[in-house]
Amino acid sequence: MGAGMQRTLFDKLWDSHVVERLPDGTCVLYIDRHLVHEVTSPQAFEGLRLAGRPVRRPEATIAVVDHNIPTSDRRRGISEPESRLQVETLEKNVAEFGVPYFPVLDPRQGIVHIVGPEQGISLPGMTIVCGDSHTSTHGALGALAFGIGTSEVEHVLATQTLLQRPAKNMLIEVSGRLPLGVTAKDMVLAIIGRIGTAGGTGHVIEYAGEAVRALDMAGRMTVCNMSIEAGARAGLIAPDETTFAYVKGRPYAPAGEAFERAVAYWRTLPADAGAHYDKRVHLDAAGIAPMVTWGTNPEAVVPITGAVPDPDAEADETARAQMRRMLDYMGLSAGQRMTEVPIDVVFIGSCTNGRIEDIRAAAAVARGRRVADGVRALVVAGSGLVKQQAEAEGLDRVLLEAGFEWREPGCSMCLGMNPDKLAPGQRCASTSNRNFEGRQGPGGRTHLVSPAMAAAAALSGRLADVREFV
Amino acid sequence: MDAFTTLTAIAAPLPLGNVDTDKIIPARFLKTIKRTGLGVHLFDTLRYRADGSENPDFVLNQDPYRRAQILIAFENFGCGSSREHAPWALLDFGIRAVIAPDFADIFYNNCFKNGILPVRLPRAVCEQLMADARMGNNARVTIDLARQVVLRPNGEEIGFEIDPFRKHMLLEGLDEIGQTLQHAARIDGFERERQAAQPWLPSLHA
Ligand code: SF4
Repeated sequence: MGAGMQRTLFDKLWDSHVVERLPDGTCVLYIDRHLVHEVTSPQAFEGLRLAGRPVRRPEATIAVVDHNIPTSDRRRGISEPESRLQVETLEKNVAEFGVPYFPVLDPRQGIVHIVGPEQGISLPGMTIVCGDSHTSTHGALGALAFGIGTSEVEHVLATQTLLQRPAKNMLIEVSGRLPLGVTAKDMVLAIIGRIGTAGGTGHVIEYAGEAVRALDMAGRMTVCNMSIEAGARAGLIAPDETTFAYVKGRPYAPAGEAFERAVAYWRTLPADAGAHYDKRVHLDAAGIAPMVTWGTNPEAVVPITGAVPDPDAEADETARAQMRRMLDYMGLSAGQRMTEVPIDVVFIGSCTNGRIEDIRAAAAVARGRRVADGVRALVVAGSGLVKQQAEAEGLDRVLLEAGFEWREPGCSMCLGMNPDKLAPGQRCASTSNRNFEGRQGPGGRTHLVSPAMAAAAALSGRLADVREFV
Repeated sequence: MDAFTTLTAIAAPLPLGNVDTDKIIPARFLKTIKRTGLGVHLFDTLRYRADGSENPDFVLNQDPYRRAQILIAFENFGCGSSREHAPWALLDFGIRAVIAPDFADIFYNNCFKNGILPVRLPRAVCEQLMADARMGNNARVTIDLARQVVLRPNGEEIGFEIDPFRKHMLLEGLDEIGQTLQHAARIDGFERERQAAQPWLPSLHA
């Protein structure tokens, strides 16, 4: 990036973190913040131990437990021995290496991607990594945030850097306004439906346009969260007044004069006029409806008013075979109306939709109504503080009275590593981010939706159009 | 990490696109604190029936593919999670190379850290290799990293692209952390400048 060139937000974030450019273009990239959880870190700490290496900057690192932990009463500990071992291993490692840690009974505990922004640990202008692909969430703040594997976790622990090559720039512009009942989740599902699960491979996606600007931080995080589902390494939204207002007053955010200095810097981050993007995509917000997935990857998505597509209409043979396999797994037939698909389970939570705004949206639909007979509906707050806030607003009562379960924070049924899982053949309307085969439990069938749509499905006992409830 | 130089081995055909990390290794097997031992769960849902017995239709349950060290697949291999358990499971089974039209970014990266070579080749070439891989005991493919070629069973050579840095690391089996720590003084300096210029960056120590 030569001086004087117009740069994108990504270019600026990248350039400001390059420690060293190696002759072949690989960069030693400085990492400001490293988030650690129990599933992808044990082998990394073990690697450090074997090599006799310390954690270079424990004060730039934070550990939480989220993936494995039960969402029922946790004072009794974890009964599942392997899950318990992973959590105990993390606790041993953070103690040995002096890494700050929110233990399971700390109210600040929660899903790593909810906790970072909530605590002001993730800030605009930073580089943020975590051994988890949904680290892209933090890009909503205007930070370069991406998921890494365990070897890279070890690399960051040891060196506070990563060896990386710059990604390409992709701009997704959503103009206009989202219609009533249509949310950030629907926006990002529509985007993935358009560009496909590999549409962003090799790129960092910057989301822009009036409809993106109009989103609150929760919505922006939902959109950036699912960037990885489009194959992108990271998602970004330029920081603006909404961002600064969100960050202000968070526990680890700068305060007073330091905050003002930080904001002055953060204002320099948005792309320069005329900056170059390698790919551009445009969507009109007005054309987006509440979305629901029908298949086993997130690009297999249709508006709730639509129907299951017909594989025979697909020209490409591999794609056709894949569609057939998806329909077979999902137990759906071509042409079936989405609103006629009955469901067994509803899951509201995850790093995609486990924030207070998401719980409010679900409660608004559920208020004064009842979960349909035979449907199990779980609400799992993304963090202890989200749960407390919801309870302070009485949302737990609204949901419990409607027949939802109100559980302790964690990843829960997003990936079924803890006891919250689908049984084979069970069908779930889920606010999480992946509808892969077996993701929520072996043989489980996942339909990705927004929190309001999930609540509507719970009340209807089938996939439903939330606009009939508002 | 084991170096990767030249490999001649049975190639197994996996004619699927979008093979995601949950398919490579479902989340319920991530509860390990080791890197080894995941091979038995590789492709668990495809490989085993509900009662736990082997699914005889799945390629890796068939001879000679039980000994496969190369996998041929279609687009977007390894999409989904950042879990390095995916390459660990492949490696533990014995897979040292995957050939596909393209890979998900994080998975692609993770392969190199574990001595697995991901090879990108155009779709049409992957289809040829897929047909080669169906030749059972004759499905022997050679990958020569130094020369950047794949040799088909009929002797035809196909060139592939790879980033020189990664190639070097893999050929030598080098420890990346050790490499990076050679820049420790630069990292120290960068850190000091950054702290001075952006003093608001908070410490997370209580
Ligand atoms: S909520 Fe789901 S996607 Fe998010 S970090 Fe947890 S397991 Fe991963």
